[in-house]
Amino acid sequence: MWKWLHPYADPQRAYQLSSKLLPWFSLLAISLIGIGTVWGLLFAPTDYQQGDSYRIIFIHVPAASMSMAAYMAMASAAFVGIVWQIKSADWMAAAIAPIGAVITFIALFTGAAWGKPMWGTWWVWDARLTSELVLLFLYLGVIALYASFEDKVLAARAAGILAIVGVINIPIIKYSVEWWSSLHQGSTIKITEKSAMPDSMLYPLLINILGFGLMIGALSLVRFKAEILARNSMRPWVRELAQAKGVK
Amino acid sequence: MQYHSLAEFLNMGGYAFFVWLAYGVTFGCLAVLIITTLGQESRVLKHIANKMKREERLKQNRGSK
Amino acid sequence: MERGISFTQAFWTLLVRDIKIAIRHRGDIFNPLLFFILVVTLFPLGVGPEPQMLSRIAPGVIWVAALLASMLSLERLFKADYSDGTLEQMLLSPQPLPIMVLAKVIAHWLLTGVPLIIIAPLLGLLLNLESGSYGALISTLALGTPVLSLLGAIGVALTVGLRKGGVLLSLLILPLYIPVLIFATSAIDAAGMNLPYDGQLAIIAAMLVGSLTLAPFAIGASLRVSTN
Repeated sequence: MWKWLHPYADPQRAYQLSSKLLPWFSLLAISLIGIGTVWGLLFAPTDYQQGDSYRIIFIHVPAASMSMAAYMAMASAAFVGIVWQIKSADWMAAAIAPIGAVITFIALFTGAAWGKPMWGTWWVWDARLTSELVLLFLYLGVIALYASFEDKVLAARAAGILAIVGVINIPIIKYSVEWWSSLHQGSTIKITEKSAMPDSMLYPLLINILGFGLMIGALSLVRFKAEILARNSMRPWVRELAQAKGVK
Repeated sequence: MQYHSLAEFLNMGGYAFFVWLAYGVTFGCLAVLIITTLGQESRVLKHIANKMKREERLKQNRGSK
Repeated sequence: MERGISFTQAFWTLLVRDIKIAIRHRGDIFNPLLFFILVVTLFPLGVGPEPQMLSRIAPGVIWVAALLASMLSLERLFKADYSDGTLEQMLLSPQPLPIMVLAKVIAHWLLTGVPLIIIAPLLGLLLNLESGSYGALISTLALGTPVLSLLGAIGVALTVGLRKGGVLLSLLILPLYIPVLIFATSAIDAAGMNLPYDGQLAIIAAMLVGSLTLAPFAIGASLRVSTN
């Protein structure tokens, strides 16, 4: 049933597929983030409680939700790499890790810049903030572990195990607002019920979430391509490419 | 359009510092990430090309002896 | 396949072997314990000796010290076996690897975790811990330190082949320790205010059961990666 997927485990095919997908991802990501941000900053109505400071939501929520989604993507790729011994999946996991770390940092920073005017403090040791910080440390741990092995096949295996063990943190972040009494407000977007937000605020937010997701996809593809090239430097097709592009 | 003038937009209802700080850091971080990411592939290719050149030289030196 | 001895026998053989080796090198048992006591002693010197303040921070201090002591002692869990080749023999033996690493981790916990639990009430006394909290302190440590050993062993197994694993190990393990720390200290705080704390205990127990069943497989997989 999944037979059609197998050829894409081959590095060259994966490289070509990523090159084909990349322009679509980047174009869509740039236009969606552009539309969402301009809409959010200029056209969305001012919140009657939080004033204009709430406009940070249009980058904070996308970054926060995508930091978790990127972690899940990385852990799933690592799982595929370990269980089915598909090296391309390992490289994908290695490609996502630094991007996820930057997105997590953005989520934390924008949260702090929003917390200062609303709660009167940059940081509180609250369940959700702490677990998001732990997520950043998990990303950094995966990156550090991947970097500290000379043999990158082993490095990917080891970092993959750590990534899979760290998945336990994701539900803790997701439900921390419901489990503990928290200063952090509950989620504004609900899939099953009506969102606690008027449409004029919700649409730019959703557009930006989608845009951030696609941007992470595009960046992962670029890093994935570089990772493929670096790990296959002895293959003839990579050498041809290097001769064509690298020598100037 | 929520704002009537540019100054009003930049002021962000008094929250200018926080809003622009958040947006500035976000897009700054993303810019750095995107630039390093885009440079990565050509760096790898150049590295491989240099390695090939070195191997080529080694082969020639061995041939001439 | 011919296994030679049964699973239970293999488990006990390895457990007894590790305990015997540790008893011959007594420093391995006492050093983490001394470290634990010293860290706890540093806090009254650092934050001042007011009894109210000390009883307020006591649960956190004891738990953080326990966490660091467990991490420090874990570093040697696979080191000696790795450097003299015993670990490789273990990996090659027909016994299932998860059972063997479980025996090693339990032996390690008996040698470093149990003394820690025994001495913790004494330190609570020094830190002026609320009188109602002792039961919670002992029960959270009894349920929590095995979780620390099991989770920590994953990190140790991942870094055992690296020459400079020490700092990396703390980066890998400490994030995983945080949930245990949060629930344990909140249980002790609740007990200090005469509130029920069985909810937090149940969560720590759930973590223990989860890590007891899943961690040995992760440790085994990590060891195979490290000794490749």
